[in-house]
Amino acid sequence: MPERVTEPERQSPAQRAVEQRNQAAVDEAAAAKPAKRPTDREVIFDVNDVQVHYGDKKAIRDVTFDLHRNEITALIGPSGCGKSTFIRCLNRMNDLIPSARVDGEVIYHGENLYAGDIDPVQVRKRIGMVFQKPNPFPKSIYDNIAFGPRVMGMKGDMDEIVEGALKRGALWDEVKDRLKTNAFGMSGGQQQRLCIARSLATSPDVLLMDEPCSALDPISTGRIEDLMMELKENYSIVIVTHNMQQAARVSDMTAFFTVELNNEGRDRTGAVVEYGATDQIFTNPGDKRTEDYVTGKFG
Amino acid sequence: MSGAQMAARAARQAVIPSASGRDRTFAWIFRAMMYAAVGLAMLALVTLLYDVASDGLPKLSTDFVTRFPSRILPERAGIQSAIVGTFYLMIICTVIVVPLGIATAIYLEEYADRDKWWNRLVEINIQNLAAVPSVVYGILGLAFIVRGPISLGRTLLAGGITLSLLVLPVVIIVAREAIRAVPPSIREGSLALGATQWQTIWKQVLPGSIAGIATGVILALSRAIGETAPLLVIGAAVNPRFNPDGLGSAFTALPIQIFAWTQDPNRDFVALAAAAILVMMVALLLMNSVAIFLRNRYEQKW
Repeated sequence: MPERVTEPERQSPAQRAVEQRNQAAVDEAAAAKPAKRPTDREVIFDVNDVQVHYGDKKAIRDVTFDLHRNEITALIGPSGCGKSTFIRCLNRMNDLIPSARVDGEVIYHGENLYAGDIDPVQVRKRIGMVFQKPNPFPKSIYDNIAFGPRVMGMKGDMDEIVEGALKRGALWDEVKDRLKTNAFGMSGGQQQRLCIARSLATSPDVLLMDEPCSALDPISTGRIEDLMMELKENYSIVIVTHNMQQAARVSDMTAFFTVELNNEGRDRTGAVVEYGATDQIFTNPGDKRTEDYVTGKFG
Repeated sequence: MSGAQMAARAARQAVIPSASGRDRTFAWIFRAMMYAAVGLAMLALVTLLYDVASDGLPKLSTDFVTRFPSRILPERAGIQSAIVGTFYLMIICTVIVVPLGIATAIYLEEYADRDKWWNRLVEINIQNLAAVPSVVYGILGLAFIVRGPISLGRTLLAGGITLSLLVLPVVIIVAREAIRAVPPSIREGSLALGATQWQTIWKQVLPGSIAGIATGVILALSRAIGETAPLLVIGAAVNPRFNPDGLGSAFTALPIQIFAWTQDPNRDFVALAAAAILVMMVALLLMNSVAIFLRNRYEQKW
């Protein structure tokens, strides 16, 4: 069993509080199933039987779990298991793929995001997204941040909005003297933090991160992880990661996805094997496949 | 060099043998063939330029540019009406082709579902239209614009529309390429911030591709500027002693004037044609330079 990798000095008081609370919850409900801890935590996404098809290929099936407010939920699993497909269901980015079809329900604050009268544009204003490769716009740092607030028609002093977003993105001190320079001149790690700050500028509620550190060096990765720990005080975060240490370090809850081969290996369908508190997934997984994956036997 | 280094070098030479004589000969022959190909192309161009310049340069003067054509007196003939006509044609072309071409390109790249047969049909047709000989556009213009359903007569507007039809497919293809060069990640980033598809196109995709589109439009126009056949077919005026005074006016253009003069039995008129060719080449060179400048200065590197 791998030890949970955590640098003590990186633990914020909030994180410790959450862990203590989690521990209390575990103690309280020792008899209950390990993956389903009764909690008073607020559910932000209630995902019910979500299936995604690309054309007639089923990409993920029967995804059902709850995501909680002010927590970091990590989605882990081998390549092709549908983690990215799933995270893109949470802000309707799959709508951009013409062949994609999403079935099931994603209940967000009591509303099904896939109900007929929901406008995906409005969904994305509440639920921001950061991508695998930093994708700054070919504009100044200032205009990158101001783009979201401008298209939303946000009122208020744009300079303040930009400054606030850059501060929340832990980038202000590095760029405050060159706000008008092109964002393409920044390092990869800075670009990714710019993309995070850009998402925060529109004051979303949830931040989805699709392998945000996979193109970054370890130091930039560490800074983004620190940033995530700070951000979860005010936001709920869902992160797809290939890096199991990262999931263990930052997340509160972890969902392990796997690939099922059907139709003699021609169809690959992703499904959730196990979902639970991160320390439990990493130290005491309930499923053999989870254990094999987190201990590095495959994947 | 120390002994150890020499030993290392000897070992390396044994591992990585030098190129064989046959490979070297091949490389040399191939290189020689490429130089010969470039040389031949340059030779043709230089010969042509020399021939035109030796005939035309003595005739070039400000008078030549500002006078109107003459049927009788080569020493009093000029190309003012042809220059003005070509200029107006370019303006009409730009006004028609830029909005239509960009809008079509945006539709095909950003909205069209390629699984639908009608979108594929549009795409294939545009590819084919770009390869249709220009004289066919002239016949189309004559049958539908000059006469037939639209019946504009042999006017400047009819000429402009015909040339627009000719370059529209090229503009669409170039604009599509420029739009496609904007990476999908930029669109995703914009949409994920809650921008609508139109805001994404207007504020991200078009600014990112506008230099490429402008370059393409200018190159397409510089093709239109030299087109003779369609204008001949739709009946541009020959040797008019007046500038077009409106969209409904008769007109001529530089290539028409050149064509008319080269047909003349009087050798002096043929020399005037050479001078007019020089003027047209300068115009083409200017347009292409602007296109290259735009591309180098403003094109977005991703």
